[in-house]
Amino acid sequence: MSSIGIVLGFYALSGLTIGAGLLVFLSRNLLHSVIFVILAFIGMAGLFVTLSADFIAVSQILIYAGAISVLLVFAVMLTPYASRDNPNSLFAPAGILIGLGFAGLMGFVGMRVIWPQLTGSDLEAQSFTGTVRSIGSMLLGTYALPFELASVLLLAAFIGAIALVREDEA
Amino acid sequence: MNPLVIGIGHYLAVSGAVFGIGIAIALSKRNAIAVLMGIELMLNAVNLAFLTFSRFGSAFGSEPTAPLAGHVFVVFVLTVAAAEAAAALAMAVLVYRRRETVDLDRINLMRW
Amino acid sequence: MTAALDPIRAARVPLTGAKLVIGVIALVILAGIAGGVGFLVVSGALDGHWYDLRDLGIPIAHLRGWLDEQNKAQPAQLHDLLGDHWISYLTTALIGAIGILSFVGGVLLVLIWVERRLIGRIQVRRGPNRVGPYGLLQPVADAIKLIQKEVLIPNGADRFLFFLPPILVFIPGLLVWGPVPWAPNMNYLDLNVGVLYLIAISSLATIAIFIAGWSSNNHYALLGAMRTVAMMISYEIPLSMALVAVVLMTGSMQLSQIVQWQADHNVWLGALMPLALFTFFFSSTAELNRTPNDIAEAESEIVAGFRTEYFGMKFGLFYAVELGNAVAVGAFVTAFFLGGWSLFGLEQWIPPYLIFAVKVSSVYFVLVWLRGTLPRFRLDQLMAFAWKYLIPINLANTVLVAIEVTAFNHSSLPGVVSLGAIGVVNLVFTVWVARRWARFLGYRPETEHVLHPSLQTQVGGLRAAERLRASS
Repeated sequence: MSSIGIVLGFYALSGLTIGAGLLVFLSRNLLHSVIFVILAFIGMAGLFVTLSADFIAVSQILIYAGAISVLLVFAVMLTPYASRDNPNSLFAPAGILIGLGFAGLMGFVGMRVIWPQLTGSDLEAQSFTGTVRSIGSMLLGTYALPFELASVLLLAAFIGAIALVREDEA
Repeated sequence: MNPLVIGIGHYLAVSGAVFGIGIAIALSKRNAIAVLMGIELMLNAVNLAFLTFSRFGSAFGSEPTAPLAGHVFVVFVLTVAAAEAAAALAMAVLVYRRRETVDLDRINLMRW
Repeated sequence: MTAALDPIRAARVPLTGAKLVIGVIALVILAGIAGGVGFLVVSGALDGHWYDLRDLGIPIAHLRGWLDEQNKAQPAQLHDLLGDHWISYLTTALIGAIGILSFVGGVLLVLIWVERRLIGRIQVRRGPNRVGPYGLLQPVADAIKLIQKEVLIPNGADRFLFFLPPILVFIPGLLVWGPVPWAPNMNYLDLNVGVLYLIAISSLATIAIFIAGWSSNNHYALLGAMRTVAMMISYEIPLSMALVAVVLMTGSMQLSQIVQWQADHNVWLGALMPLALFTFFFSSTAELNRTPNDIAEAESEIVAGFRTEYFGMKFGLFYAVELGNAVAVGAFVTAFFLGGWSLFGLEQWIPPYLIFAVKVSSVYFVLVWLRGTLPRFRLDQLMAFAWKYLIPINLANTVLVAIEVTAFNHSSLPGVVSLGAIGVVNLVFTVWVARRWARFLGYRPETEHVLHPSLQTQVGGLRAAERLRASS
């Protein structure tokens, strides 16, 4: 895991993701925040690629950058008289402190703990010929019940969303 | 840790940073849609953590019966995140129709 | 039509004298070259050597091997840090990227001329013919005109968000050319999840269009953008379902494997699954905002839709990317449904990328033909067609294809028989379900009043329609 491509890729992509996240917080315009959050999603997809999760990376772009982003822009557009300048509430300093605290904690734990991880030749021995087949067989095998429940959840969500915003025909 | 050998720690640090940014956004912003963006960032950070452990964590000895279980978790998190974003944005639009605002400081009818 | 009324036929010049002799000599030379190359191919003198230009991936593979050998002399620390193959990887990646960029750029230039000239010919007029011989320099003239326009930003528009969409819409237009399989060894980005990658990248264009409409601070632009986005997201679903049928049949999401499956089984997936081919093609015209689905940007309807406030090279970029995406759609239709680079064994003699290019051009020709001929659908007709018609039919098609694939994999019949049976069953199912579902949704062709004129003079004029209605 020490080849220059993955090192450069990891640092560039994580810089992109964290930078985009910070800009979501700091930008003064709501639509600019949406653009930066799309950039953060794409940066995350790149990080997934460095983790050899090809199917999840492409699904992330398809679902987050392709669909949820459109939902966000539609929501911004359907609330025209709401404030567009992305203000902070009075709880902002506490929120920032909590966020920094959590990030610091996770960073400290991540870097200091000696993880029993695969390194070197053991890592190379895990050949990733593609994750699609394994994910598919597990979704229809071991995890078939959560799969069906997820489809029911999606159905409930979209019926609910339609029922919520339908104009009353009274 | 060696900055040139990318391991679990590096990815967990990034995941923690993005999660922290997500918490900061979700707690500090007044617009409901901005809060939703923070929540989506938090879910993304969690996905990254799942995939990190799925990739590097075979040394924990859980693989043979369920290889790539982390990826399946992430598929479900993606699904639930999409469903929840749709429902949350529908509710935001509905609240906007009644109260003409999505400012979370002004939607306080249920406060004591 | 008489010669005086036919502008195209009247302009033809007969072939005489010197032109004939030159033409014959050129043909003889070409035949000689073709014969020589054919002899080399048949005798096996070309297979696998670095000068085997039938498949451009083979010289590249030789280049990689040579670069790897040169690379073995690097010092040990560099080897640990950078790995063995960095020079060869970087070089071939750069060559491929430059190839794709130049191909897409060249294609964009040519397409502007091809499209306008072809539509002109289909509509019995000449098309652009002033700027160069046969109007070939028209794209250059267009580009110069667009570049020299004044840069205006609408009042109240957001600068950052106004400049972003032309860039955002160009990025997917380039990225989709990555996984396209030109030849057995010529794949730039042979992804394991190529099909999903294509769907994901084409869904990135919707955000760009939305932001373009929003940032123009113009009601018409916003309306056009919302209509376009609604149309594009509703047609993503039949597009994905058509591709699911393809993936089910071939068992892989890798584009090179899909084309290899079609080459191995000597069949075109479009012949096996006509419903998937039609759905993919029609949904692609909706994704591209081309006629018959260009309601959101048609000039007679909503000025120019989301592009109203864009002018100059930004507009040129939108226009060019739309045409480039049309050729990309042609590439996908050929890769998935028309056999890709394979032509029933002929790809040993003709370079596969030439076969691929010919197929892509023919699909693009069909797209331009549709644009020049068909009227456009209304937006509610389009959305109803996607949601109420295409999605249920494709769901049923997916189930049917899954059953067929299981039967095909477990059957012991020879491949030709089972594939033929699958093709016939799919064709019958397509025709039956198309008519039955349309009747279910309320389409009654026998009660619609349609004019069937047999003479040209019956159509047109105030009295003709009344006469026809009175007589039927």
